[in-house]
Amino acid sequence: MSARPGFPIPVPSEDSAPFWEYLRQGELRLQRCLVCATFAHPPRLMCPECGSFDREWVAVSGRGTVYSYVVTRQAIHPSFEGHTPYATVVVELAEGPHLTSNLIDVAVDDIQIGLPVEAVFVAVSDEVTLPLFRRA
Amino acid sequence: MENFRNRVAIAGVGETEYSRASGRSETRLALDAILHALDDAGLRREDVDGLMRWSVDTSGEAEIASNLGVRDLAWFGEVNQAGNVGAALVAHAAAAIAAGLAHCIVIYRGVNGRSGRRYGRGEVTGRRGQGAAAFTEPFGLLTPQHQLAMVARRRMHEFGTTSRQFGWVAVSEREHANRNPRAMFYDTPLTIDDHQNSRFVVDPFHLYDCCLETDGGGALVLVSAERARGLRKPPALIRAAAQAGHGERGFVDTAAISLAPRLWAQAGVGPDEIDVAQIYDHFAPYVIFALEDYGFVARGEGGPFVEAGGMRWDGGVLPVNTSGGHLSEAYLQGMNQLIESVRQVRGESTSQVEDVHLSFCDTGIGTGAVILERDR
Repeated sequence: MSARPGFPIPVPSEDSAPFWEYLRQGELRLQRCLVCATFAHPPRLMCPECGSFDREWVAVSGRGTVYSYVVTRQAIHPSFEGHTPYATVVVELAEGPHLTSNLIDVAVDDIQIGLPVEAVFVAVSDEVTLPLFRRA
Repeated sequence: MENFRNRVAIAGVGETEYSRASGRSETRLALDAILHALDDAGLRREDVDGLMRWSVDTSGEAEIASNLGVRDLAWFGEVNQAGNVGAALVAHAAAAIAAGLAHCIVIYRGVNGRSGRRYGRGEVTGRRGQGAAAFTEPFGLLTPQHQLAMVARRRMHEFGTTSRQFGWVAVSEREHANRNPRAMFYDTPLTIDDHQNSRFVVDPFHLYDCCLETDGGGALVLVSAERARGLRKPPALIRAAAQAGHGERGFVDTAAISLAPRLWAQAGVGPDEIDVAQIYDHFAPYVIFALEDYGFVARGEGGPFVEAGGMRWDGGVLPVNTSGGHLSEAYLQGMNQLIESVRQVRGESTSQVEDVHLSFCDTGIGTGAVILERDR
């Protein structure tokens, strides 16, 4: 288990619980509509495209590219004092959806839009494993 | 069906001093601002029959009503989300007055945004990893600042907008603040080098891309246009007021992509007819993005526009944020900009644009806007 001082641990909700449960088992699965095959992330009740409530959890490759990123250089919230700088990225997965995450092996000043990355799974508590990314 | 175009007016505006430590409660700030606004309009406490508020604020309408001695509170409400609801409140109030549901609605706020709960630190907006925030906050994306910086980075990538161009927004606004004794950054010049050399807060946002934190209060008094014509100050007619929620849209799109066509249709005018604009500048780059997404300029042209001095009071094609805006006057999340928008229509601004007929005010990067018109 890898502690991430300052960073809040996500609180799974009724609707997002499967996302976190699959991650705990080492799988990145995203919600997809059974009728029109549109991905939805974060998960929701209804397909915004076709209106169906029928959803499935589909395993995705975990490969993608950095779509955008920011570098927090000054602690915004007091809980981050001493834990800056850090970068937050939006990864565009090969399948299309965007995930907000962190890169584990790229210095903040080396991050670029378009950088190829792949998912790694990092447990931060007994219940929660985060999908983080490394250089692919 | 007929909308409320020019049937309702902002008849009074009021504000407190803007500071880092007000030394009084948020409710007291709101009351001080309301009394100033009523006095500005030439109305009395007993004229008020409606109160509207930002849902994120602490002072409830019951507390305000009981302090003011309002006997019959015929209309009250709030709009939720965050700081970005000023125009939505104006729209709701104007619709209520046009429908005859209330006759004198005060939109108010009082915030100790520096000495009390600080927006920029996630103390107001943070949800601690719950709900949709479970997918952002655990990765250090904590505040609107983070989310907006993420979009800004992608927009820089797609349209070639530069940090230096962001800086010209900050510098232009500071020039305006230096003409405005109420501004927190009055008498404090800022150069483009100061901007570029300032530390990064959330990269790509430099310190001087970020708005102030402010203690202060503000209030607007709305009545029918007909009634406003008999009051103390020239009416600022509400030509249009509209809001837009967070619908499905592209990563780099601001809500102005949805709002702009509706807003211009409601107003029956286009961006070319606007004489002066106030644009929600929690972060300098968003002035550029709003200019583009509302259609004042094409995408990618906002940066060059501000770099060429387009938003400056002194010689600009479209003066923007003429009081200094949220970057350099005060950060009352839209309220101080609505007040400035009224001043421009009345001819009362410290950076008065000549012959203003239409005064535009965005209160949240496309999530709401008001177009005010000078009475004929």
